[in-house]
Amino acid sequence: MRVVLRNPRRELDVPAPGNVGRLLRDLEIIPESVIVIRNDTLATHDERLRDEDVVEIRPVTSGGAA
Amino acid sequence: MKCGRCRAPAVIEVRRHNESYCRECFVRHCGEQVRRAIEHFDMIHTGERVLVAVSGGKDSLGLWQILREQGFDADGLYLGLGIGDYSDESGRYARAFAAERGWPLLEIDLTTTYGFDVDAGARAAKRAPCSACGLSKRHVFNEVAIEHGYDVLATGHNLDDEAAVLFGNVLRWETEFLGRQHPVLPAAEGFVRKVKPLIRLSERELAAYCVLTGIDYIVEECPMAAGNRHLGYKNALNEIEERSPGSKAAFVFGFLERGHERFMDEVDDARDDLRPCSVCSAPTPGEVCAFCRMRARAVGEPIGVRPVGVRGVS
Repeated sequence: MRVVLRNPRRELDVPAPGNVGRLLRDLEIIPESVIVIRNDTLATHDERLRDEDVVEIRPVTSGGAA
Repeated sequence: MKCGRCRAPAVIEVRRHNESYCRECFVRHCGEQVRRAIEHFDMIHTGERVLVAVSGGKDSLGLWQILREQGFDADGLYLGLGIGDYSDESGRYARAFAAERGWPLLEIDLTTTYGFDVDAGARAAKRAPCSACGLSKRHVFNEVAIEHGYDVLATGHNLDDEAAVLFGNVLRWETEFLGRQHPVLPAAEGFVRKVKPLIRLSERELAAYCVLTGIDYIVEECPMAAGNRHLGYKNALNEIEERSPGSKAAFVFGFLERGHERFMDEVDDARDDLRPCSVCSAPTPGEVCAFCRMRARAVGEPIGVRPVGVRGVS
């Protein structure tokens, strides 16, 4: 499956790991810090992933303190 | 996974609430949280004109939409900070959002209007870029809100922002800042009321809200913010939240309920010492406010001289 990461934008091809939560664990990404988008909508952590899927893992953390 | 409210397929889980939501229930949840914050903290009153500071990012655009959907008379204000391609891009998102909906967007450009950008201001004032940016935003937002007769200025600070700022203030026991850390800063001589209606929503919820309601926002992070202390605090708090959901909300709302009042005397004392800046008339503890000092240094003018043709100075 293809994983699109942002900031900076890059793409990874990985075997589908089971579900979204497992994918985040494998990539050592804190779930609270991202949303996962598949087919233009959000994917919950228990959603199963297939090898033909393309998912975007989009960070949500912004840096301005003021 | 099913929506905990209606049993339709869920699109997001929010562990802090131990709840999952379908699209419709999640959008309703976001509106409810904003409404609850506005009512609980008495942020905005019926008939008041609201100016929303918009950056082109998820929080401010989401806030503007939620306020409008709840019937508030809310216009947008975009401040161009002169941060290269990032500012060009964020301005495009803000303009497109406003134009698609036909909502009024005021625009100010720091370089055109004041003669310097964030980078020049930071170097001249020997401040970190985020500090120069924050100072510029606080000054210009307040000035524009007063000049255009708005009753209240709303910013897109969310639960994560407030938790990270509180974390930093506690680490250093910045007691005056702790006294000022509240979702409502009341109006005073020279200050418009400032409110943070997103305080009950995390930035993950805001990002999800934007995706689910079709708000196109700038995802790229400001290049000047990369690696800053505030982001480090957010990452640390997210690690804690992951192990103990609800920690960020407990930290912020516990402080507001049981800690904030203990630091308010320092704010009152500081406000008593304010007088009008000799250049722009904004309240300041000194002769010239920090923004006018930074501007003068950045453009190479003597501090305290009233420049000709700069907004807010007649």
